[in-house]
Amino acid sequence: MSATLTPQPTPQLPQPVGHRTTRHGLFSLGLARIGFEIKLYFRSTDTVFFTFLFPFIMLGIFTAAFSAQGNIGTNPDGSGGISVGAYYLPGMLAAGMLLSGLQNLAIDIAGEKGDGTLKRLGGTPLSPLSYFIGKIGQVLVTGILQAVLLLIVARFAFDIALPTEPEKWLTFIWVFLLGVITCAFLGIALSALPRSGRSASAVVIPIVLVLQFISGVYLQFNALPEWMQNVASLFPLKWMAQGMRAVFLPDSFAAQEQNGAWELGLVAIALLIWLVVGLVGSRLTFRWIRKDS
Amino acid sequence: MRVSRLSKSYGAFDAVNDISFDIRPGETFALLGPNGAGKSSTIEILEGYRDRSEGDVTVLGVDPQHAGLDWKARIGIVLQSSGESGNATVLEQLRHFASLYPNPRPVEEVLAAVGLEEKAKTRIHRLSGGQQRRVDVALGIIGRPELLFLDEPTTGFDPEARHQFWDLIRTLKGEGTTILLTTHNLDEAAELSDRAGIIVGGRLIDIGTIGELGGPAARIPMVRWRDADGVQREARTETPAGLVAQLARDLGGEPAELQVIRPSLEDIYLGLVRGHAAGSTSDTASTEVLA
Repeated sequence: MSATLTPQPTPQLPQPVGHRTTRHGLFSLGLARIGFEIKLYFRSTDTVFFTFLFPFIMLGIFTAAFSAQGNIGTNPDGSGGISVGAYYLPGMLAAGMLLSGLQNLAIDIAGEKGDGTLKRLGGTPLSPLSYFIGKIGQVLVTGILQAVLLLIVARFAFDIALPTEPEKWLTFIWVFLLGVITCAFLGIALSALPRSGRSASAVVIPIVLVLQFISGVYLQFNALPEWMQNVASLFPLKWMAQGMRAVFLPDSFAAQEQNGAWELGLVAIALLIWLVVGLVGSRLTFRWIRKDS
Repeated sequence: MRVSRLSKSYGAFDAVNDISFDIRPGETFALLGPNGAGKSSTIEILEGYRDRSEGDVTVLGVDPQHAGLDWKARIGIVLQSSGESGNATVLEQLRHFASLYPNPRPVEEVLAAVGLEEKAKTRIHRLSGGQQRRVDVALGIIGRPELLFLDEPTTGFDPEARHQFWDLIRTLKGEGTTILLTTHNLDEAAELSDRAGIIVGGRLIDIGTIGELGGPAARIPMVRWRDADGVQREARTETPAGLVAQLARDLGGEPAELQVIRPSLEDIYLGLVRGHAAGSTSDTASTEVLA
């Protein structure tokens, strides 16, 4: 270190009051955070593997494991139906939303709380709102990237036919955005649960894993016992997976749903309720540091 | 900065007990004290991280407990410990933090000031502990703070880095930055601070300029020797040369293991802390003062 700091060039002007507290300042800082957050996301090997690439790996494993058993939803004579990959694609997209939003942020923010990142940020003129914009933006960008790549891989590597009707893609867009933002806020709220950054994965991953098993991501939802389907209906992942099935499975598969229909209205209502839960939970539990009083 | 009758308790434990002091604009003030004495609790209350239990605190004209983002833009904080995963490079981290402040210092200038130009493109977690600490210091000053909190800033620094850091702090002082420093390095406190306060057991037991701490009695030179019976003796006197001459005459020769000690800040500090622990205000009680 050497003493080469130039002194304040002009007599220090009084800072305009409210400089950073304006909506513009909060928003532009939030946007700056998004770029910074995305850069750090892709530098974390754990995150890239267990959040970003996980749905790709699982899609590959399921396709490899079950393709020999033939198509799913075939006619009595064995014709028709869809490939195993095509059947699991909606579940993997839903899992990606859950991982990119909930698992990613719950572990990420708990870690930042544990390692002092949040404490340091709490001592700067960064508003928690700008911090949230950065995190939600990171989830949106990485989640969209993951979904688009998953669709490209599904189409070209697994030769899965994608829907051509525009209304299906409209459904995809709203289910995806609503689901991923809901998961992001739930992740922020859930980050308050682990007592240390180190225990975050151990607390969050079992929750995420159990949800994936009971919500029709890894196991065929219609093959689960009804009580398990009812339990899964209390959580958002079941509805995200159902919304994605409505987009990517043929309409003939709607008959296999719990009530024999895609029920997109219920999907929207369930996700909106969980969005409110996530927003309120985030607002109530988020602190730069654990204050003791 | 004004701290008046500040107290902080965690349950039944009083971490900070009725502390009052002022820090004047442009002053560098050191808070000294053993681990667990309440230094960090005090500094975290002043930084706005913790709520106080009692008393009044004003920092840059504002109560930190209710301070907003504009206030935070005027302070700089170097926390006691940092354990960030550090996937950003030094340059990225500094640029990002600079963007959070309304009137930041140029990033290249701060990099140079903390001596990390060559590490600018290195990810922070690959730096040594002392280099990471320099990043902490850089992040603390990047916002051009009017008031800088330094909580044990030179932990892990090698002696050269410490001296460079001292130069940096002198430059900041020269610009009129007010600095609150905690340190276990008494040389550092003596080098940098105008005044210091000593906290022991949550109480402020002494406060004053570095030259005044402990009072005049604590600065009386000490003569230490081993007498004819092999017993270690020590005595405090304003005229150590006279005492030594008298000892030489009395013993009829050179006193064994003779030392004349002029108390350093560290000696004075240790005397105050031990004296406090023993329930007295100074360590002179345990030493015989010769007439």
